[in-house]
Amino acid sequence: MNKPVSGWTRWLPWGITLLLVVWVLASLRPARETSDFHLRDFGQLPVLLNGRIQPMDSVARNSLLLIRGKQSVALEDNKTLAATPWLIELMAKPEDADQRKIFRIDNIELKGLLKLGEDEKHFSFNEIKNNWEEVEKQAKRVDKIEAQIRTPYEKGVAKLNFSIGLYFRLKNSLRPENASDFQLELESFQAQIKPGLAALQKSQAKEEYNEDDLQKVITFFRRYETLSKTGYPLVVPPANAGLSRDDWRTVGASLMESMRSDSIQPAVHHYAAMLTAYGKNDAPAFNKSLASYQSWLTQNQFTAAISKGSRESFFNHYQPFIKSIALYLIAFLLGCASWFGLAPWVNRAAFKILALAWLVHTSGLLFRMILEGRPPVTNLYSSAIFVGWGSVILGLFLERLYKDGIGTVVAGFVGFITLVIAHNLSLDGDTMQMLVAVLDTNFWLATHVVVVTLGYAATYLAGFLAIVYVVRGVFTRGLTPAISKSLSRMVYGIVCFATLFSFVGTVLGGIWADQSWGRFWGWDPKENGALMIVIWMATILHARWGGLIRERGLMVMAIFGNIVTSFSWFGVNMLGVGLHNYGFMDQAFKWLMIFDATQLLLLGLGLLPLRYWKSFASTTKAPAPTP
Amino acid sequence: MRLILLFFSSLRLTVGCLILSLGLVFIGTLAQVKIGLYLAQEIYFQSLFLYWSPTGGDFKIPVYPGGYLLGAVLLVNLITAHAVRFKFSRKKLGIFVIHAGLILLFVGQFATETLSTESFMAIGEGGSKNYSENARKSELVVIDITEPTHDNVVAIPESLLGRRSEVTHSVLPFTLKIQSYNINSQPSADDGKLNFSTTPLATKMNDRNIPSTRVEVMTKSGSKGVFDISNWLTEENLAADIRRVLGEKVPASAFLPASFQVDGHTYQLAMRPVRYYKPYTVELIAFAHDRYAGTDTAKNFSSQVRLIHPQTGEDREVKIFMNNPLRYQGETYYQGGFFPGDDGTILQVVRNPSWLTPYLSCILVSAGLLIQFLSHLIAFLKKQRTATA
Repeated sequence: MNKPVSGWTRWLPWGITLLLVVWVLASLRPARETSDFHLRDFGQLPVLLNGRIQPMDSVARNSLLLIRGKQSVALEDNKTLAATPWLIELMAKPEDADQRKIFRIDNIELKGLLKLGEDEKHFSFNEIKNNWEEVEKQAKRVDKIEAQIRTPYEKGVAKLNFSIGLYFRLKNSLRPENASDFQLELESFQAQIKPGLAALQKSQAKEEYNEDDLQKVITFFRRYETLSKTGYPLVVPPANAGLSRDDWRTVGASLMESMRSDSIQPAVHHYAAMLTAYGKNDAPAFNKSLASYQSWLTQNQFTAAISKGSRESFFNHYQPFIKSIALYLIAFLLGCASWFGLAPWVNRAAFKILALAWLVHTSGLLFRMILEGRPPVTNLYSSAIFVGWGSVILGLFLERLYKDGIGTVVAGFVGFITLVIAHNLSLDGDTMQMLVAVLDTNFWLATHVVVVTLGYAATYLAGFLAIVYVVRGVFTRGLTPAISKSLSRMVYGIVCFATLFSFVGTVLGGIWADQSWGRFWGWDPKENGALMIVIWMATILHARWGGLIRERGLMVMAIFGNIVTSFSWFGVNMLGVGLHNYGFMDQAFKWLMIFDATQLLLLGLGLLPLRYWKSFASTTKAPAPTP
Repeated sequence: MRLILLFFSSLRLTVGCLILSLGLVFIGTLAQVKIGLYLAQEIYFQSLFLYWSPTGGDFKIPVYPGGYLLGAVLLVNLITAHAVRFKFSRKKLGIFVIHAGLILLFVGQFATETLSTESFMAIGEGGSKNYSENARKSELVVIDITEPTHDNVVAIPESLLGRRSEVTHSVLPFTLKIQSYNINSQPSADDGKLNFSTTPLATKMNDRNIPSTRVEVMTKSGSKGVFDISNWLTEENLAADIRRVLGEKVPASAFLPASFQVDGHTYQLAMRPVRYYKPYTVELIAFAHDRYAGTDTAKNFSSQVRLIHPQTGEDREVKIFMNNPLRYQGETYYQGGFFPGDDGTILQVVRNPSWLTPYLSCILVSAGLLIQFLSHLIAFLKKQRTATA
């Protein structure tokens, strides 16, 4: 690599990187409208859900994630239906939406119960509804069983029951699903309020009243009362000056309020007009009511909500972490390839792509922080994103220092894996949930959580560097004395870094605990997990200083660090006890065990006598590292 | 002697103890699933040894070092290592600072474990209290309510009830015969009588033991009656529970405090959490439970309280909320919980004389690690630069 580079090999790495930059930049352009309806603008409309303002697009994407496991719907002809168009169809043309195959069902027993084909994965509402009663009965029973001890079949029942419930609520969010022309219904409702209420007052005063008027208004009341309970996002903004800015309502709740105030909120009218126009395939009318609702929002000081809506829907569209996954994978593969005697430009290209991936990753991280107004780590999902980010920046630093491709390969791999983990964690729905009271403190999130997460990042990086040592040493002749020496320096340096961050992060956590419930240390599982990392890092360092281990011992211990860190990061959340226990993950346990098994295997490889190592077996009398 | 010193100062001992600690923390964490955090803490971390005893056997053999033992050996190891092996030099400054911080942390945590007390203060809105209560320890109290202006209280610690069959006290003109005592108990109604029977000990994080005891009051002239008393009868929320469930099966008098007369004095008997009286009063003005818009997710809990200290003349309002405790007169008040209807607060009260040690230790160790590793890194980078130049 120290040879002078010339000609095309000099420009090729830049060329490849530039192509990928163009690919990333291209996606920054706003999505094009795929029909005459301004659905992109509709997707940006602000609503309130999970305690925060978010765009309709986020509601659609997160709901689809929960129901279908993807953010879009696959159609027969290899096309896809995006989330927002799917949502508006569900709300405006429910009969069409009911034919879309969006419910993912994996459990065969459950498919049997519903009399569905065993080969398919996705089913439409119409296919499910015929045998729905049976599932509902089962769901009532399953509901009483603790989530952790449910069988796969019972989990499937509970999940489908939840999905159907969510689907039903979305359908009945902007109007009752059986209202064919909601605009017309609102007109007759408005006309009925006064006479109806007059009849009600008279009946209470035992005077003569019009029975027909009273019955009509009571029917409306019951209808909207139901609607107020089914509505999922709160879509009607607080228009009255006296209300808190947070006091958003469902359409149903707003209409019940209208009975008292005798006026229907403009938002309800606008949404009704949009749905009616969409139902009649009347794009100009749809766009007109959408535009007039947008200008109403602007005139009524909802500019902050509007811009939150458009920023978040841009972020949804940008998908920086998904792009980074692809880029990290490319960097990793190119980095590996460069070890097999390929031209040095491959390694240079890998490094540049890794840097690009990290920049995209960083942009996503910053964007999320701005959207949430929070430090980078607020939940398990964002911790995965941050662990990856931290490992990659350390890897980039190592690569700058050693220029041997090792930093690139390891950083690319850890970046890829952590973002894949994050992606799987995001399947639980909204990743920007509000924080429960004790976590609602930016100071401690910015200090304790960030520092401890960087500690995780460092231990993983050390562990994966050690894996490179073992794999290259055992299976290839590539572990030259120079490389093994630089690897052991890297691992040692990163272990020092990990010790510093894990220790400081853990003690900061104790201080936070002291601040919030008066106990510096409570032997809570998450605390113990963090302590275990600190102990293990200290063990490695002392064993090294004491001469109890040398190069190979250091590597084997660093690989074991992966197991310790994974226990701390994920394992303790699966114990189901303690204050830090957020969300039990079914699948995650299986994967954790698989990961631990692979680590033990690698660790075993590392302990093999040196004569089985390809790198050492051939070089007789080489200064073989002793364990 | 020299060998012993060498042993205690060796790095092998450090590494051995660290590995054993890793194992201990791991099994201690797993054990919490079955036996709960509190018990696991006692068995694994606040102990010298973990014991094993064969099923049915009445002996136990130590099989693994406990938290106290490992902590102590590590501490001795660290101190002797400095006494025997280490020579102070500028290069080792970082290590010295780190180790000083660790010693402080160990000693501080040991002090916390032995010296700190935790209690709680449950106050309804508009109410006030001048004592906090221990959630884990109860006491049997004999209250002389004869004087209209004040009560005279004799408190008998729970630990005594399990050990003795008779309790006397110089100011009491009678003897208490402890007929039975249950560390954890469950109420039931048998033949129109309230009865407390023993149940397995609480293990879960938020569970607690609710004791009960059967006491006979003996005077020189004979028995004054046998009384079943329990926290089930004295603590408001517990009493409300059993009144709801068993209220129709037993007469209302069963829920009244046990009371009797001796020598013209009227006494009451009760079982209640141990109380810690304060020279000041805390009054709850208002409790707030904020939720995020449109959800049930708690955003914040806060208690607006009034602090009244007659001796110092203090009378001020304080707001206690999540992550913002009140530190007052050596005690710290944290927002701990609330009443089911959001109309009262439960403040966690901690007295911990060594609460500052982790803060100092954190600063020391962080500084030490930074000094040590940065000096390594800078030296390494310099070498790298000269190598490539």
